[in-house]
Amino acid sequence: MLRRLFKDFRFGVLPVPGRLIAIIFFVALFIFPLIDDSSYSLYVITTSTLLVIFAASWDLLSGYSGQLNFGHALFFGVAAYSSALLYKYLGWQPWVTIPLGTLIATGIGVLTAFPALRLRGPYLALLTMSFPLMLQGLAMSFKKVTGGEFGISGLRPLADTDIGIYYICLIAMTVSVLIMWKLTDAGSKYVRTGLLFHAIREDEIAARASGINTIRYKILAFAIGGFFAGLAGALSAHILGTVSISSLSMTLSFRAIIYVIFGGIVSIYGAVIGVYTLDTLLQFLGAGGSNFIGKNQILIMAIIVILVLLFMPEGVGVWIRNKIERECPRCKLTNGAWRRECRACGAPLH
Amino acid sequence: MVEIIIIATLVTGGVYALLAIGFSLIFGNARVINMAHTGFFMLAAYGLWYFMRQLGLGTIPSIAIVAPAVTLLGILAYRLLIHPIREHLAAVLLMTIALAMAFQEAMRGAFSSLYWAIPALIPGFTDILGVRVLNQYLLTLGIVAVVIIIVQLILAKTKLGIALRAVANDSEIASLMGISVPRTLMITMGIATALVAIAAIAVAPLWTIHPAMWSKPLVTVLVIVVLGGLGSIKGSIIGAFIIALVENVVAFLAPSFPYLQVVFSILAMVIVLVVRPGGLFGVVFEEERL
Repeated sequence: MLRRLFKDFRFGVLPVPGRLIAIIFFVALFIFPLIDDSSYSLYVITTSTLLVIFAASWDLLSGYSGQLNFGHALFFGVAAYSSALLYKYLGWQPWVTIPLGTLIATGIGVLTAFPALRLRGPYLALLTMSFPLMLQGLAMSFKKVTGGEFGISGLRPLADTDIGIYYICLIAMTVSVLIMWKLTDAGSKYVRTGLLFHAIREDEIAARASGINTIRYKILAFAIGGFFAGLAGALSAHILGTVSISSLSMTLSFRAIIYVIFGGIVSIYGAVIGVYTLDTLLQFLGAGGSNFIGKNQILIMAIIVILVLLFMPEGVGVWIRNKIERECPRCKLTNGAWRRECRACGAPLH
Repeated sequence: MVEIIIIATLVTGGVYALLAIGFSLIFGNARVINMAHTGFFMLAAYGLWYFMRQLGLGTIPSIAIVAPAVTLLGILAYRLLIHPIREHLAAVLLMTIALAMAFQEAMRGAFSSLYWAIPALIPGFTDILGVRVLNQYLLTLGIVAVVIIIVQLILAKTKLGIALRAVANDSEIASLMGISVPRTLMITMGIATALVAIAAIAVAPLWTIHPAMWSKPLVTVLVIVVLGGLGSIKGSIIGAFIIALVENVVAFLAPSFPYLQVVFSILAMVIVLVVRPGGLFGVVFEEERL
């Protein structure tokens, strides 16, 4: 078992720079509290791990299966509000309310899929965008239950210490990113969803003609997207201790899209790159709003997005990956860009 | 009671229609969902406020400066930022959102996030069937009528309008017929931004001016054009009055729940979309059909 792991690492990870960087990055995240355990930096990274789950789930739904969802905050907000309401009114503990909130968000995902099946393109984007705004209006109207614009506060945190919360979120993020990466892996032998999502995005009529039940897989994509976005939302309710109206806002939906497109759409790692560059890095550079970067964070983010869209339309992550990796034309194995010939079959790389 | 609702619907519907026509025009021709549409509206409103209140210019000179400036900015934004990535729906949506956010932050940086107001062009109010209506609202209705007539005349009678309609129908065939598609789309964007600048002249005195003023009308405009059918000017005018009617009825029946207006107007849009996936008068292209 250990030898096999070592062998995988020796031949599957070390020669591929992208995978090596990913592993170094995750190890660095896991040992980060040993270097810096101030509660501000832990808080910044904890919230960004939740954003990673959220953005990656948008990529799975809209990037992979092509169902443009511009109201992804719906799932986040529904899960956050439902776990908060369950805690507040029924007194259930976080380890019950978080799974329940996630399940409710999954159900909402399935429900959203039904009108979405009839629409496509701009109509679908604008319809999905309006759903969270509708719930936001409802939450503002029934202030006695939902607390209006101030939301629900005083929720019990998941763990007593900052480091405990940090590790819970980090593990949840790692596991969900791994699961989503496997679910969308088009070359996988065990899971077909990756291939089918690609087929539905590229040509839905052709996919249907080849016997794929596209309706079922579109609903499945909405359910998976809702599940992971709901997980992020339910966790956030018990980590921040409050749920506010901003968890249903248009801004939150757009943030997921901005992170994913920045990092690279149709690649789960793009979401990770996007969040840690545009959110975490900018927050650390901005130092809590005391210097120029902190005061103009949104302006800088908007300008970065405009430049990325113009000059690297497939995203920064994919752009870097194409620079450092090259696929063997004969056996489709990934090689480092510095190699002259493929490491497995010896075919020349050009 | 009924007359209050009818007059209020006409008045707010006029405001919404003015905002929605430009949005519909640019979508119908270029297939670009311009989320920065109300962002340009905000810029024009700030421009009017700056020239009228800060520099003390008169109404007419301010309009004469602001409207061409915003139009030029819209054309430049289209040419430099939107045109290169026009093929990708998600990228265009994101680009225009980023543009609107950049406008918002620029205005916040320049004029802080305080609330401002500009005076009405025609002060006072008129009694109609015992309902007091601000004259500015009547001016808005008049501007809407003029704008609709001018846009329809341009589209139906001029050579430019024929080119615009040809590009909207099939841009490849239009370019085979010797129409420069990028230039036509640029002109469309210019007309759309000019319409939004005119809307700012009419509407800005009715609303307060602040950096986030673009997001609420944006939602209303999106609901209207989706309900009326993306790309159809007739649809967006009728949609504007339907949404105004829904909002006013809700406001009349449940005056203590102002946020329910948004809920019910979105609900109206969802119902229309579920029954007719292309909106009321939507222009659906063959390759976009499911």
